[in-house]
Amino acid sequence: MAQITLDDLAHSYHPNPSGPDDFALKQLDMTWRDGEAYALLGASGCGKSTLLNIISGLLHPSQGRILFGERDVTNAPTADRNIAQVFQFPVVYDTMSVRENLAFPLKNRGMAGQEIAERVQKVAAMIDMEAVLDRKARGLTADAKQKISLGRGMVREDVNALLFDEPLTVIDPHMKWELRTQLKKLHRDFGHTMIYVTHDQTEALTFADKVVVMHDGRVVQTGTPQDLFEKPAHTFVGYFIGSPGMNLFDADINGRTARIGDATLDLGRPYAASGRMQVGVRPEFVRVGTGGDGLPARIRRVEDVGRHKIVRLDVMGVETAAIVGEDATIPTDIDRVSFVPEGINVYADAWRVAPQGETP
Amino acid sequence: MKTVNEKAWFLVLPVLLLVAFSAVIPLMTVVNYSVQDSFGNNQFFWAGLLWFEEMLASDRMWNALGRQLVFSAIILAIEIPLGILVALNMPQKGFWSSFCLVAMSLPLLIPWNVVGTIWQIFGRVDIGLLGYTLDALGLDYNYTQDSLDAWITVVVMDVWHWTSLVALLAYAGLRSIPDAYYQAAKIDQASRWAVFRYIELPKMAGVLMIAILLRFMDSFMIYTEPFVLTGGGPGNATTFLSIDLVKMALGQFDLGPAAAFSLMYFLVILLISWVFYTIMTNLDARDAK
Repeated sequence: MAQITLDDLAHSYHPNPSGPDDFALKQLDMTWRDGEAYALLGASGCGKSTLLNIISGLLHPSQGRILFGERDVTNAPTADRNIAQVFQFPVVYDTMSVRENLAFPLKNRGMAGQEIAERVQKVAAMIDMEAVLDRKARGLTADAKQKISLGRGMVREDVNALLFDEPLTVIDPHMKWELRTQLKKLHRDFGHTMIYVTHDQTEALTFADKVVVMHDGRVVQTGTPQDLFEKPAHTFVGYFIGSPGMNLFDADINGRTARIGDATLDLGRPYAASGRMQVGVRPEFVRVGTGGDGLPARIRRVEDVGRHKIVRLDVMGVETAAIVGEDATIPTDIDRVSFVPEGINVYADAWRVAPQGETP
Repeated sequence: MKTVNEKAWFLVLPVLLLVAFSAVIPLMTVVNYSVQDSFGNNQFFWAGLLWFEEMLASDRMWNALGRQLVFSAIILAIEIPLGILVALNMPQKGFWSSFCLVAMSLPLLIPWNVVGTIWQIFGRVDIGLLGYTLDALGLDYNYTQDSLDAWITVVVMDVWHWTSLVALLAYAGLRSIPDAYYQAAKIDQASRWAVFRYIELPKMAGVLMIAILLRFMDSFMIYTEPFVLTGGGPGNATTFLSIDLVKMALGQFDLGPAAAFSLMYFLVILLISWVFYTIMTNLDARDAK
């Protein structure tokens, strides 16, 4: 086990990339701390799988280095890196039984028979397949096959890292929850570095200590779920994480005040930045009211999603969402919205601007 | 209540007629010949099962059948592994992949009698490149006089002609394996042999079964190439079933025995095809389970 460092890494699938658009993974420096559970979150095609395959050695990066601890493994083949990886779609060895499938990675490493049998039994219990150990893998359902793939990923105890590439896509919802719990338990018991790729934010937020958000071949933010919620570093993080996503308003920023349309807004803290300026507020921090201070708004509709209600408003032409408590009554004559000062973030060219005096 | 329209059966009529003219009627003619004797002049006499008994007791037929089985076994034992080996080593994409595919299809496009002619000349000691070279190297090679040389030449010719088919089928099977399997195998630290044994071979099983069936049927009915190359000789060394059959039917004009012979030939092929079919459907059923 070791810390994984990506040093000046980038990857392009083109042999001669001519511009940044040719890169599936743009220049990136990053450290994956030993023993942490990371979720790698982003829309489809943003470079998540590319990054994972580079770490496991299935892909050779166009530039940069990968270090496991102090060792440079950029040119080391997958087998040398001792990494476990589980893919989105199930891969089983058809002619082998479930038991042989689970034992395969251990056997290839020349482990003794007794030890293999114990490990296989343990993993079979984790994925709840003890009863079918002696069946041929070929006849099983996609669900069961994916559990075998997961099992093969978890069967080695001494791996440098465990990589999961959207492993629960084909699993039914109940089993999903169950397996996620098992993965978390595995992480607690063995303390492997885990990287879990997903585009499902709930999955990411429940699984990981740290969430890494990728957008368009870039890592836009790495942080705890709370960081991502309170201080989204990029407008993409703002609207990708959260349900509904962050509200964004074009604004002119002048010190503590923002001009949105013909209204002014007190930001609470001074900002200094230039570029295309935006003010971002999560629906949780939007308050609705009638008369008084705030931006003029018109109510469009109310959605009751169970735990709370979502009020959809039109604020000077910008579609805006506000979250109110489930029991709150919503007057029909709402014509103002105001923002809780702690919930206001300011963006310049889509990147968050820290208010003056904020310690990062 | 479901209404049944019996008139729909008339729609099957064209197919029935076509099959009757293309298969059933010619086959019945053969059945007809097989139970009669003729002394020419278009006069036929009832012979019962005489020809079948005679053929079953004839060394000539058993020898031809033996040669035929040995031939099929040899070419399957060479062409299937060789075809897989070629497919495994073919480039997977780009210009060279297309080039290999075209180059390998060439032998399959050559008419069979031309294949025979090519090898007949190729193997000649006086003017053929192969025969001349072997002779110059001091090897005593002469496919027209030495049975072993004749056999080797026929086998090599068939391997040259048909290995491409196996290779193309195996290649198609290999290409259909998703990358994830190879990636998972790398993660699991599988050896090259393990990748072949546990991923490639099982995934190719279906197409290989078809390749074996096709190559068996074709080789079991082989006629044109060895007929042109050796004419069944030297002696009867390379007289396979169909060559013998043609000799008997057209050379000696023994219509009765030849008909009986060909019916038994037909039944053997039918039997073996049925065995293959059963094995393949069982494989499919196992997959679907």
